[in-house]
Parts: sequence; structure tokens; C-alpha cells
Amino acid sequence: MTHVCTELVATRQLLKAVGRAGRRQGGLLSLLFYKMLGFLKRPVVVTADINLNIVALTGVGLLSRLWHLSYPRAVVFDEVYYGQYISFYMNRIFFLDDSGPPFGHMLLALGGYLGGFDGNFLWNRIGAEYTSNVPVWALRLLPALTGALSVPLGYQIALELRFSHCAAMGAALLLLMDNALITQSRLMLLESPLIFFNLLAVLSYLKFFNSQKHSAFSLRWWFWLILTGVACACAVGIKYMGIFTYLLVLGVAAVHAWQLIGDQTLSNVRVFCHLLARAVALLVAPATLYLLFFYVHLALLCRSGPHDQIMSSAFQASLEGGLARITQGQPLEVAFGSQVTLRNVFGKPLPCWLHSHQNTYPMIYENGRGSSHQQQVTCYPFKDVNNWWIIKDPGKHQLVVSNPPRPVRHGDVVQLVHGMTTRLLNTHDVAAPLSPHAQEVSCYVDYNISMPAQNLWRLDIVNRQSDKDTWKTILSAVRFVHLNTSAVLKLSGAHLPDWGFRQLEVVGEKLSPGHHESMAWNVEEHRYGTSQEQRDRELELHTPTQVDVSRNLSFMARFSELQWRMLTLRSEDAEHKYSSTPLEWAMLDTNIVYWLHPRTSAQIHLLGNIVIWASASLATAAYALLFLWYLLRRRRAIHDLPEDVWLRWALAGSLCAGGWALNYLPFFLMEKTLFLYHYLPALAFQLLLVPLVLQHFADHLCRTQLQRNLFSALVIAWYSAACHVSNTLRPLTYGDRSLSSAELLALRWKDSWDILIRKS
Amino acid sequence: MLCASGRLLAARAATSLPAPPRGRGPAGRHPRRELHFPGQPGPPPGDSLAGQQTRQSASPHRRVILRWGRMPPAVGRGLAGAELRLRRSRCGPRAGRAVGRDGAIQAAARSPKRPSPGSRRFEGTGRQALLVLVTLLSFATRFHRLDQPPHICWDETHFGKMGSYYINRTFFFDVHPPLGKLCAFLGSCLVPFAYLIVLDLSKSLPAALVTAALLTFDTGCLTLSQYILLDPILMFFILAAMLSMVKYNSCANRPFSAPWWFWLSLTGISLAGALGVKFVGLFIILQVGLNTIADLWHLFGDLSLSLVTMGKHLIARILCLIVLPLALYMAIFAVHIMVLSKSGPGDGFFSSAFQARLSGNNLHNASIPEHLAYGSVITVKNLRMAIGYLHSHRHLYPEGIGARQQQVTTYLHKDYNNLWIIKKHNTNSDPLDPSFPVEFVRHGDIIRLEHKETSRNLHSHYHEAPLTRKHFQVTGYGINGTGDSNDFWRIEVVNRKFGNRIKVLRSRIRLIHMVTGCVLGSSGKILPKWGWEQLEVTCTPYLKQTLNSIWNVEDHINPKLPNISLDVLQPSFPEILLESHMVMIRGNNGLKPKDNDFTSKPWHWPINYQGLRFSGANGTDFRVYLLGNPVVWWLNLVSIALYLVSGGVAAIAMQRGAQLSTEVEGLTRILLQGGGQVLLGWMLHYFPFFLMGRILYFHHYFPAMLFSSMLTGILWDTLLRLCAGSLASTSLARGIHAVGILSLLLGTAYSFYLFHPLAYGMIGPLAQDPKSPMAGLRWLESWEF
Repeated sequence: MTHVCTELVATRQLLKAVGRAGRRQGGLLSLLFYKMLGFLKRPVVVTADINLNIVALTGVGLLSRLWHLSYPRAVVFDEVYYGQYISFYMNRIFFLDDSGPPFGHMLLALGGYLGGFDGNFLWNRIGAEYTSNVPVWALRLLPALTGALSVPLGYQIALELRFSHCAAMGAALLLLMDNALITQSRLMLLESPLIFFNLLAVLSYLKFFNSQKHSAFSLRWWFWLILTGVACACAVGIKYMGIFTYLLVLGVAAVHAWQLIGDQTLSNVRVFCHLLARAVALLVAPATLYLLFFYVHLALLCRSGPHDQIMSSAFQASLEGGLARITQGQPLEVAFGSQVTLRNVFGKPLPCWLHSHQNTYPMIYENGRGSSHQQQVTCYPFKDVNNWWIIKDPGKHQLVVSNPPRPVRHGDVVQLVHGMTTRLLNTHDVAAPLSPHAQEVSCYVDYNISMPAQNLWRLDIVNRQSDKDTWKTILSAVRFVHLNTSAVLKLSGAHLPDWGFRQLEVVGEKLSPGHHESMAWNVEEHRYGTSQEQRDRELELHTPTQVDVSRNLSFMARFSELQWRMLTLRSEDAEHKYSSTPLEWAMLDTNIVYWLHPRTSAQIHLLGNIVIWASASLATAAYALLFLWYLLRRRRAIHDLPEDVWLRWALAGSLCAGGWALNYLPFFLMEKTLFLYHYLPALAFQLLLVPLVLQHFADHLCRTQLQRNLFSALVIAWYSAACHVSNTLRPLTYGDRSLSSAELLALRWKDSWDILIRKS
Repeated sequence: MLCASGRLLAARAATSLPAPPRGRGPAGRHPRRELHFPGQPGPPPGDSLAGQQTRQSASPHRRVILRWGRMPPAVGRGLAGAELRLRRSRCGPRAGRAVGRDGAIQAAARSPKRPSPGSRRFEGTGRQALLVLVTLLSFATRFHRLDQPPHICWDETHFGKMGSYYINRTFFFDVHPPLGKLCAFLGSCLVPFAYLIVLDLSKSLPAALVTAALLTFDTGCLTLSQYILLDPILMFFILAAMLSMVKYNSCANRPFSAPWWFWLSLTGISLAGALGVKFVGLFIILQVGLNTIADLWHLFGDLSLSLVTMGKHLIARILCLIVLPLALYMAIFAVHIMVLSKSGPGDGFFSSAFQARLSGNNLHNASIPEHLAYGSVITVKNLRMAIGYLHSHRHLYPEGIGARQQQVTTYLHKDYNNLWIIKKHNTNSDPLDPSFPVEFVRHGDIIRLEHKETSRNLHSHYHEAPLTRKHFQVTGYGINGTGDSNDFWRIEVVNRKFGNRIKVLRSRIRLIHMVTGCVLGSSGKILPKWGWEQLEVTCTPYLKQTLNSIWNVEDHINPKLPNISLDVLQPSFPEILLESHMVMIRGNNGLKPKDNDFTSKPWHWPINYQGLRFSGANGTDFRVYLLGNPVVWWLNLVSIALYLVSGGVAAIAMQRGAQLSTEVEGLTRILLQGGGQVLLGWMLHYFPFFLMGRILYFHHYFPAMLFSSMLTGILWDTLLRLCAGSLASTSLARGIHAVGILSLLLGTAYSFYLFHPLAYGMIGPLAQDPKSPMAGLRWLESWEF
């Protein structure tokens, strides 16, 4: 990395002088003047410090990650998953992915955009060959670049922790060599950008912290402070996992801030400024940036697509095509005589509309209970003419909207007339077919058996502003409270058996302990009814609605809905052939087959360098034990280490070991399907720790020169072993060479590793 | 409905309100009337008599004993308790003032004016009297109208049933550890415990009094203490542990003295109790653990202590806080297991070996052939807890779900349809024919499993399973044992060599489908109605060894083989312990809410968003509604926020090295240390619920609520002292403090008077009806009473 040193220092001094002298009268102008004067007086000199180590590391990093990047020209493992989102971005179609915030997806899509990808590829099968329109190299470039740049980042972090260049080189080499990290960064996957931003956040925090003492509030100080916040936001924006690193940085920053508060040489105002700066850069900036990601995401994805159904009607109406096409120009306020479709707000297990049809409930259910034998009312997940209902004023006979329309308000009593059958929505004290604790909901058929119609419903607008609110299309979520029994119309979530055509059960919930979204409904399609005659009305119901007023949701409303859906969407816990448990990761007991050549036995695995992984775990354990030992001895006033060494040791540990623990241990509590690649961010932190522990051993625990030499020899031997292992596993990392069965068998060092051997 | 002018009158007359008429049979209209016109009609003669009696009796002590002794049978004597309560609230001013002075003396212990020995003695007796008063009040409120309602409420069905299981010694399966069901009443002790804890932490009587008042007058705690539930027991042990921990902390200057040992071991005992009731007890263990670590760390830094002394300290804590509770906990478990020695409805949840120790179970003292042979009739049990036996029945998979062949499921109960016959894959000769020699099944053999009742073979094929789409469907196929090559399974014993025989019960076997290479397993998912809500059986193509795909043979019938006794199978105590805990954890995790149901969320709790219906729902029922006293709860909520602010300010001021007067510094220390400890307790008992996936209920918050009430007591007392101290002269400051504390006490008492029907039961229309006794008190729309 180059450090350009120009006249800036001189300028800064000048600036100070000028600032003192002429603060009152436009210091800026005089500053410019002096600056120009300076340029005139002296030649422009550029001195550049170039740390060749960094250049070399970056070069090798790029080489290892970019080499044969577009090979294999086939969909590899999770590319099939992220690829489809890239295509969505290219076509600007809205999608919902609960796996993480959109920044990572957008980064990948940026590669596609730069490479001129048109989005036309069907991502349906791992191993499918890419067609010629897919710019594989460009798509894989960004993860590869971030993966390569992580190597010099590791080097710099060790340096900023005040460890030797040798240790720093060691850390960078480990990041460079590990096969799992290489594999993961050569594909369209999100782990390597995540690791990059994690390390960037830690590095910029360290740079900021190290410039704290000498040049607080300097440009450099501000730069690193803000970069910390930005990197944290990016990490969180790529995967929710990034939040662990964010917490780590926040925790360390909080401890440092606390020490700052205790520093009585600083004035109160200055302490306050320090705290404010940190709060802005580490809390406000990341939050803003996170919102910005969503803003761009939503701005890009403006067309309706296959995931629309999960979102609310209002959200769908804000997308081009889809619901917007249907609902444009609908009247806003629902009036008596309106024809509406009612969508359940909760929409689980399926988004659906209130529905009824000619068929009646079976007289006797399978389990012997009886029903009212009236017309079925269900919730139906498809658009259908039977989803139309007419809002009727109980006091009048007409089914058309009067002129002017009489809007329905919160608290009004209404009847719901089923459009096609003209029967009224009804509930009564009969157990529902599948939820016997709740009431059956039916469309009333008069059998003359002393079962009177109970078809009055009170309208309860859940999200009302005032008690006089009118019922609005799409925007209002309403509950229908039965007047006689105060039961609430609710989607129970159960599927009816064959007699109900497997549609969803709708019940009247009598004893509900509270409000739940499954009781709320909103009007999706809406028009003012004009035909009193049943036949005309049927015709009217069959014709689609049309109009042209678009209703835009504010960004915050769209953001909060999208974020909430992403967090609460519970995808089915898919069992996967290559899923693993956190316990298997630390010692690399598992691997993932990413790709197999269609003809030869060339294959790509996510498989780490086992020597490096094992020694990293060992180093962590050693660090923990040593730390505890020093800590206890310090408590007894025995100082083995000089104070500054101890502080350095503690800081290094809290960042590296802490980063590892925070990125690893929470997985033990997670219930979702886990894979080996979830461990990589933790591993990146752990790898940084190894050379630091080694250097500590060499500096403080080897007492004689002989011991020191021996130790160095051991370390070199160990590094060579790691290099050798890396090289041996290389065919499985790059997948560039077809190995014979014997060679493959020889690579199966652990029984638990899954290496594919073709039956010849 | 209450007349504002006659508030005091109403308060007086309210004595008649909680005194309803146990003897009046199904009644219920009268109390409503009494509530509407408080003080108008004179209370029934019996009541007023009782009231006069109590009023005449000399000492409060005796009065209450009298009351207590007579309480359960006494009809219409509820008055006495109410009278006490009333007196308490009337006494409030006096007590508060006395206490205010007292506390000031305490705080100013450094000041030159030391109280004379006489006044100190007076102070000591005063304190004891206060403690007695607090305790009596607590007992009076808790035992008042204890036998109402006479029917089973809410979870009582659950725990009451378990109580009767213990009596019959039938084994059952429950998601909680056992101790709690040997139920008794401990809820009343909570108040004096909290009082003592706060007193010890803050060294201030007013703070302790406020806490005691908050808990005494909280309708939620009161309701919870009045029923056969686990919560009062749990809370008792939690507070007992906290109290002994605090007491033991204050003995720290006299290590290894008798009280020190006493409190330390009492802490351990209470911890065992808390854990034995419910797993929520883990949180208090965590708190005691953190406290112990901090304590040891502090001692370790004291260079005047030798390492040997340190070692003694460490060992004392290990003994009292780890060994002792563990031993007790295991003893409780051993009793549980010994008492429940009979087979019962929960058997199927446990492994075969576990069942062998339950008398009445078919595996108890059973003798069956040891090695599996061809022709044996067996049942096959999944090794994962609570999945059950491989099962089939004469019903087909419905149309559209794989092939329309016979269903294969797992079933938790013993049934003839669980029986399978092992046959060779290639011959259909009857292996039971006496002319054939016995041939044992060996690891790696290819077999066929024929369902005994329907004579269909266990079969799998490339159709997706009904629920787990990525697995293959398993069916019963063939007629009279003749099927196709999809009926062939390779039987393998986990971790054993090929060619070994297969042992009943002890061999862990896997069945691998020959054609598709998949493994027979159960996904643990419940099939819909068509599958009788039994569990899905699939053939999984993922060869990872999970318990779901490992089975063992349980019953084994083969007349050609000699039987051996199964006594060798008896699991050891640690195995039993481990297994029952595994089952409990699984059971707990299995209590998952359904998507479309309303569930209580942890963030609802501190704001008292919604209560629990304990009994009755309609206007005509006798209703009890578990809901915290909103005044108390919202005060607690405000206090937590206020504490965070004031604690933060205080901590920053200390860190900035602000110069504080000794008095203020002392108060700040109490705020930070005492308050901090209690706040930690609140956090530990509240936040973990956010991580839990199981169904949660409002009553889970009550342990945390105890801690937040203690925090409120400490906070307000300290803040009032600090503010008053900084504002005014000493005497005025005392006055301000006393008035503040008094208004808190009176406020909570009055709110209790308003809300007490929630706990003691209410009759009449629901609160939204203006004619209801509770009209106007439904402050949140989500409350349902």
C-alpha cells in the first residue's frame, strides 16, 4: 500500500497558523492563497513508501484467487441459489430472500451488470453448463477480489496489533493458503466478501484506535472511524452473520470509550465530543447505510415476480405489473354495495382469499360429528370468481352502490353477500370442521330447522387512525366481529379434506386470547357494483377490474414490511446431504462436494487445510489457557509480562479469539440447517491468532537462544507442512485435474470426508 | 362506579367486598350489588361480628393467628383478612413515617448523633414488628378465600393429575422435573423474603417496605400463589436462594463462621430446589454462579490471603454450591424414579431399556430370546426418544401422495400392528417349520420384514415421502408376503463387525434399502388426519448416522429359541438420569406454537399487556384472571428505565472521578451494587425467554417480576434520598422522603383495592359493560375480564 506524502504536512501547519490568525475573516480564502503560494515556491515532490510485503501478498492473493476463474463453466453448488437472484436483479423483478439483507446479492449482481449479463439463464441444477451469455468471469470476480484482498488485510491487522512483520506475514500466508478460503472465494458466494468486510472493520478500528492518542479528530482519525462503521454496515448487509463482528467492534469500542471517560486529563466537553463522534460513526452511520442498501434494493426491483404473494396487498400494488395492473384505479373507499375480494393479512400457510362455493359441509364428518350442512366458506389460494363478496347494508335490500357512495366506517354493521351464490356469510354455535373449539363459518342456507341466520358482522378496522375511519381498499386491515357471538372471522391454517377440495379452513374464533394477523383481512380487488340483477352481476364479476391510479407506499413502510417478512419467513428446515453440526467444524470432520466434472473425476470440494485448521484450534486453546494464567497471576500481583505487552496481548486476543468465538459459538444455539462454510468467518479470525501466539511463545516463553532457534525451526517445519498439505489438496480446491481412484482414495484422510469416486 | 367522595368510606366498606359468600352456594349476584353501593347496606351480621371481634382483640399478632386458625372453615369471615389489609393501609402513614426516620438514622450512621442504646433496642424491636407485620399481611392476602373456586383452574388439570400419578406410583412423562408436584403453599413467603433481601441490599427499611407492598398488593403474584401450580414453589426457591446469597455476602467479613456456612449451604439447597421444580431454576443458578465468581475474584486479589486460604474458600464453594445441590437434585430424582415404578401412559417415550424397570410393562422381568433369528416376530423401536415403533395398518396412502399402497408409520403405543416377521429375502418357506434348523440373522444379511397382521412387506421405492419431499416413501407391499425386489433390506448393526449375530434390545440397527440405497428412518413429523396423526416413516438417501434412522428390536417372539432374562438390561442410575433429561428437553422443545394461533410474546409481559384466564370466561361464571396489578407493573417498568438512566449517570460520574460527599457516595454505591444485583436477576430471568422457541405464557415472567419489584424499592428510596438531600435541609429532606415513600405505599394499596377482584374472583358482566363491577378498570383493550 502506498503512502503518499506531499506538501500536506506543511500545508497543515500553515492552516493552523492561518486559522489562528485569520479565523474571523474568511480563513479559507487565505488558506487557498497560502497553499498556492507554497506550490509556487517549492517543487511538487511525491514520496511514496511502498511496503513490498503488501504488494507481494496482494499479488499472490490475486493469483491464487483469479487463476482460471471462469473454470468450471458450470453452476457450482450454491451458485444455483445466488444466481437466480442475480437474474432477478438483471430483470429488475422483485424477490424475497430470507437468508440475508440485499447488499451481498447486489454486489454479485454488480458483477453481472459490469459483465453485461442479461439475466437469461435458468438456475435450476448444480452442474448445469453456463450458456455463452453468462459472463462467468465477471460474476465471480468480486468475491475473488475480496478474497484476495483479505490477505493483505490480515497482514495489516497483525501489524496494527503491534506484532512483528514476521508474524504479520505468517498470518497473511495462512489466509492465503487455506484451501477452504480459496474455494469459497473463487465462486459466486457471499462468504469471502463477508470475511473481507469483517477484517476491514477490525483493521480500520485498530487504525483509528492507534491514531487516537496522537491525532484525535484528525482527518485520518475520522477516515478510519467512519470506515469502521461503513465496513460493519457492509458486513451486516451481506449476511446477518456480520452482526457478530459488528458486536465485537462495538464491544471493544465501548471498553475503550469507558476508559476514555475515566481519563481525567480530558475535559468534559472533549470527552463528550469523542463519544458523540463514536456514536455517529458506529451507530448512526451503519444504520443509515443499512437503510440505503434496502433503498437501492427496492428501487432496483420494481417489477412484480414470483415472490409477490408473500407480501401484503399494499406492497404488491406498489410493484409494476402483478397486482398493480389489476388494482390500478380502484375506488379507494369501500362503500355499501362494493364488490370486493378479501385477502387474509397473515397469509400462512398460504396467501389466500375468502371464498365460498355451492358445495355444502358434509352432514356428518369422518369422526362422527355433525355439521350445519350449509354452504362451505373457505380460504382459497388462487384468484377465482368465487372470491368476490358484496358489502351489504343490513337495513337495505340493494346490492349496488348508491350515488353518492356511502363509505363503510369502523364499527358499522355489515352483511357479506357471496357474489356468485348470493348467500350471506354466517356463523353459529356449531363446531368448525377441523378446529372444534371454534365456530363453523358458512354461507347461510335456510333449511327451516330452527337455525336462524346470524349474518351480521361488525367491522373493526385494526390499523385505524381514528374511530371514524373509513374502510380503504388494500390499506385497511379489518376484522369481522360477529354480532351475536362476538366470534371473529379467522383463518385457522388447517387444510380441509377432500370434501373441501383441500382449501383452507375459515372459522369464527370465539375465545381468542388476543389479536392475531390471521384474523385480519384486507380488500384487494374492489369495484363499485352497478347491477342489481343477479345475471348481470355474474357477468360483471367475471370481467376484470381496471383503472389507473397508483398508490405508492413510503419507503419506510416498504422497508419495514420487507425486513419483517425476511426475518419471520420460516423456510422449511430442509435436510441436506452436506449439512453438518458446529462440533464437526473445528476439527474439519466434514466437507462439502461443490462440483463434479460431468465426465472425468475432477471435482471441487470445500475442504480446508487440515494442518492449518487443527493448529488454529490448538492456538486458540493455548491462547485461552495462557491468558487465564497471566490473568490469575496478575491478580496476585505477579507481572510476567510488561504492561504494554500485556495490553497488546489482551487486545489481540479480544479481537481475534473474540472474533472467532462470536462468529462460531452462536451456531450452537441455531436451529437452522448449517454448513461447513458458516465456519469460515470464524476461521479467518482464528487464523490471525496463530502467528500471534507463536510470536508470543518465541518472545516470552523461550528463555535461551537455543530454545528460540529450535522453536523457529519448528515453526518453519510446520509452515512447510501446511504448504505441502495445501498443495496436495490443490486438485480438490481448483478442480482442474482429474485424479485416479487411487489418488482420490489417498486423499481421503478422514473417514468422514466425502470424496466422490467414479465407478469405472 | 365508585363514589369519589366516599373513597375512604368505600375503602372501609370494601371489607364486605372480598368477603363473599362461600356458604351462599352458587350465588354471585350479591357481591356485585355490594360493590355497586359500597357501604350502603350493612355487611351481613356474621361479617360485622367478625370485624368487631378482630377490632377488639388486643395484639395484631394474636388477631391473625386467630384468623389463620379459623380461616378455612369460617364462613363469611373473609372480613378479618380484609380488615387487616385495611389496617395496613391505614397504618401506612405511621409506619412510613417511623421508617423514614429510622432509615435516616441508618443512612446517617456516620453522623455524630448516634442513637442511644435504648433507641436502638427500640429500633430492633420495631424492625422485627415490621417484618412480622409484612409476613402476616402476606399470609392474610394469600390465604384469604383460598378455597374459591372449588373447581380445577387452568394448569391445575396438569399438575393435579401428576399429583395423583405419584399417589398411584404410575410412571408418567412430564416436561418439568419432579419436585414441584408435591405441592404446598409457599407463595406467602415471597413477600418477607423480598423484604429481607432489599433490606440487606439497601440497608433501608423504606425501600424494603415499598418492595413488600408492591409484592403483597400485586394481584398477579397473589393469584399465582393461590393455585396448585409450580410457580409459587419455583419462586419460593428462587427468592430463598437469592436471600441466602445476599445474607452470605454480608457475612463475607467473617468467613468460615457458623452463619457463613449456614447461608452458603442454604444457597446450595435452594438452588437444588429451584432446579428441581422447573428448568427456569437454571437462571438463578447462573446468577449465584456469577456472584460466586465475582466474589472469588475479589478474594483472589486480596494479597493478604494466602493461597491455602483461597483454596479453602474455593473448596467451600464447590462443596456447598455444586456438590450439595447436585446431590440433592439427584436425590430428588431418585425418589421420583423410585416412587414411580409402575408402567403408565408415558412409557412409549422412553427407550426399551428404561421401560424394563417399570413393573407392569411387558419388558419388566421379561425373558425373551437373545439373538434374532429368521422367523422371529419382533417390534422395532426408533432410538430417538418419542418416535415410537415401526407400525403399519390396513389403510392406504391417499390418492396423490406417492403410490397408493399401505401406510407405514411409527406409533408411540404398543399395538398388534407393530409386529413384524423377519424373513429371508429369497425364500418364502415358513421358517417356523420345526424341520428347519434355527438360522440366526447376522449383521449384513439381506432380509424382508413382513407385517404380521396384514402380511405385507416393508417396501420402499423412488416416490417422494408424504411430508419430507427429499426422502423416499415407505409402504407395505405385496400379498401374503410375496412382493418384489423393493422389499429387500440389508440389516446392519452400528459399529459392529459383519457376520455378528443381532441382539435384542442392545444392538443398534439400521435397515438399508437394497435398490435405492436409502436408510429406513422416521422424520418425526406428524402425518395429517389420513395417517391418524402418527409419525411419518421415510427412507432417507442421506447416509449420515442420526438417531432417527437407528432402531432396536424390542419384543422378540420365537418359540424355537430359549428365553433369557432381561435383568442385565437394567440401566444404571446415571443412564436413567441422562435419558429422562433428554426426553424432558425434547418434550420442552416440542411445545412449539402453531402459526395461526395467538401466542404470548416476551415483550408483552413487562407492560402487562395481557393476562391469563384462570377460570371462567362468560359474564355468568366465577372468573379469575391472572393479571399483574397494572399500577405495580407499570411502576416497575418505569423504574427499570429510570434505573438505567440514573445508574448510568452515577457510573459515569464515578468514572469521571466526580467529588461526592460521603453520604451521596454511599447512596450511589447502594444504587449501583444493590440495584445492579437485582437488575442482573431481572435480566437473567427475563431475556433468555426471547431465545426460546417453545410456547410461552404470561406466568413465565413472574420470577423476573419479583426482581423488578425489588429494584423499584431500592431505586425510589435511594432516589428520593438523593433528591431530597440535594434540595433541602435535613429535616425537610426527611419529610420529602417520608411523603414520597408513603405515597408509593398508599398508591399500591389503593390500586390493590381496585383490582383485587381479579385474584379473588369476580362475578357479573365483563368489564366493557358499564354495569360490571370492574367497569372503568379495563385500561388496556387487551385485558379480558
